[in-house]
Amino acid sequence: MTWKSRLHIPHPSARPGEAPDFSYLSLSEAGAVAQPAVDAPASEIEFLAHELVRVLDDDGIARGPWIPDLTPGQLLEAQRLMLLTRQYDDRMHRMQRQGKITFFMQSLGEEAVSIGQGMALEPDDMLFPAYRNQGLFILRNTSLVDLMCQCLSNTRDMCKGRQMPVMYHNVKGKLFSVSGNLATQYPHAVGWAMASAIKGEDHISAAWVGDGSTAEADFHHALTFAAVYQAPVILNVVNNQWAISTYQGFAGGERRAFAARGLGLGIPGIRVDGNDLLAVYAVTRWAAERARRGGGPTLIEHVTYRGGPHSTSDDPSRYRPKDEWQAFPLGDPVKRLKQHLVNAGHWSEEQHTALIAELKETIIAAWKEAITYGTMTDGPSLDISEMFDDVYEELPDYLVRQRQQLIELKGRRS
Amino acid sequence: MSQMNMIQAINSALDVLMEKDPTVIILGQDVGYFGGVFRCTDGLQKKYGEHRVIDAPIAEGGIIGSAIGIGVNGLRPVAEIQFADYIYPGLDQIISELARLRYRSGGEYFSPVTIRAPCGGGIRGGQTHSQSPEALFTHLCGIKTVMPSTPYDAKGLLISAIESNDPVVFFEPKRIYNGPFDGDPNKPSIPWSKHPAGEVPKGYYSIPLGKANLVQEGTELSIITYGTMVHVAQAAVNQAGISADIIDVRSLVPLDVDTLRASVEKTGRCLIAHEASKFSGFGAELAATVQEECFWHLQAPIVRVAGWETPYPHAFEWDYFPGQDRILAGIREIMESV
Repeated sequence: MTWKSRLHIPHPSARPGEAPDFSYLSLSEAGAVAQPAVDAPASEIEFLAHELVRVLDDDGIARGPWIPDLTPGQLLEAQRLMLLTRQYDDRMHRMQRQGKITFFMQSLGEEAVSIGQGMALEPDDMLFPAYRNQGLFILRNTSLVDLMCQCLSNTRDMCKGRQMPVMYHNVKGKLFSVSGNLATQYPHAVGWAMASAIKGEDHISAAWVGDGSTAEADFHHALTFAAVYQAPVILNVVNNQWAISTYQGFAGGERRAFAARGLGLGIPGIRVDGNDLLAVYAVTRWAAERARRGGGPTLIEHVTYRGGPHSTSDDPSRYRPKDEWQAFPLGDPVKRLKQHLVNAGHWSEEQHTALIAELKETIIAAWKEAITYGTMTDGPSLDISEMFDDVYEELPDYLVRQRQQLIELKGRRS
Repeated sequence: MSQMNMIQAINSALDVLMEKDPTVIILGQDVGYFGGVFRCTDGLQKKYGEHRVIDAPIAEGGIIGSAIGIGVNGLRPVAEIQFADYIYPGLDQIISELARLRYRSGGEYFSPVTIRAPCGGGIRGGQTHSQSPEALFTHLCGIKTVMPSTPYDAKGLLISAIESNDPVVFFEPKRIYNGPFDGDPNKPSIPWSKHPAGEVPKGYYSIPLGKANLVQEGTELSIITYGTMVHVAQAAVNQAGISADIIDVRSLVPLDVDTLRASVEKTGRCLIAHEASKFSGFGAELAATVQEECFWHLQAPIVRVAGWETPYPHAFEWDYFPGQDRILAGIREIMESV
């Protein structure tokens, strides 16, 4: 029997061998979208979820009502952090390719999201990152050596060798533990924000997921709870167009922007040019102020593009055109900020080249230090007895016995 | 001391701790204004306010997920899942997040969530209001699993659960909320006021997690059980006229292996009873533990009495429920084997 199926199967605009086509992306001109008051009723600002907030135009000139209050010094620092993140990613990606670490995930092309948002939030705001938010860790002063040691699962690993690479955390930096299960951090961020409100504090929380993870139940649970309790939280969807090989249409992005996911619950949505650091910063400040004033949650969709593979375990040339990123109409966030700074006379190509060289040295020095704490092949090694710690607050008797068993077994082997 | 049923004892535990510790908050469906469908949180919202006893949307994954975040931010949430049968939408949050947060963060993050959930059958609840899913949780590393069988234990154990910095899943056998139940639905129900464990101190006390309770002492047989089945086992032992230890495990994880071992070494015979289905039920772990610890003391094979390997049927509730006759058959099997 031959089926004549009427089922709709979403298709990306281009697969390998085809010309990239981003005509599906609806874009607004830089400076064209109005900035409402932070206490505007959600029902009156639904346009923000459908249009695209942009500050930098194609020539790198800042335009319109969303131009943020950032000094040239702050912009240069943002640029440095984006470049540092990119250099860190590049080095660690290559270290995985050389077999020095088991796995890695770059944030290539998405650096403005973490850096722009991290700068827009206060140090006591709690962040619930996804696995592609290493920029937040770098911005909040997690040392490069610590990040590398986590990826190495060595004696200085903050996770004590218990997590795959990139599942960092930083208690002091108010960065939650990254989970390998998708979108689980969304309700945590909402709960954290609820507790902040219960305690009468001004701190807000923020969480990130990708476009693909919006399909998870936790995404919807979080939106419902955030709306019901008007939790002071910023919920971010980083729409980088691809979830491994699955384009964003499979998460329901074909007909409606992800920013509009909360409109039915009365949660304002903002669709922003995720490759425009100024715009990302501006909308985050707006949402943070709204939350701090008791205005509740905001859902921000960052329209961006995943410049690299999903992780070191997939080859994007098998599922998308090789030159798709080059055709992405919102470009590269690093190049766009540089263009803006150069145009404004705050920066030059020479300085840029010199800074990259300097950051490379910083990364190499950090790597050299990180491997002194152990690598996959060379010591020092983690103490095996620590494997049994932290399952519970106190080590129960049966784990004391299992630990002893393992130590004896290893003693006999060696 | 005062007379309390298990509902009142749970309510009292919550009340005592909310009074003592302002970080304790309650979150769940119908827990606030209404006081819970089983009345366990009755009056608490009125007393502590709607910011500490919070009615939640019908989304168990959201209740547990947000409770984790609330716990990370320094509060001590007690989440109520209306029926244990409804806990499954929250399983990923329990398994992947709550149970492993401390471990995965190298001991730097934790969330002291207690999840309360009424469990078990005997209330004409059919297959969606009768389940005993404790074995799904005892298999996890990083969660403690508790099930009381009396008002006195319910209060003391719940206080320990909430005070624990480890997450605890606290199952409440709802058939014995109002009185002990010997497994015979045709007999008039007995209230907790007729039972010594219905005497409950009004104030603060705690029962440590990880300690079993030797409910009655004997010489010929050890019955290891928990929840509603503790009372069914007591009735069956009386009927059989044998001398048996009855051990109420109370805390499934961590398990009080010492008490189990001492008893079975003494009696040489072991029967394990629970309401949940037998295959891969918690009784399998108990049987394996007894075998590992007491093999040379055993005079007969261990017998398990449990629910059948079917969903909990509405019309055949009392045929599914492992009542006195099934325990008696188990006792005969053990006592008659050489």
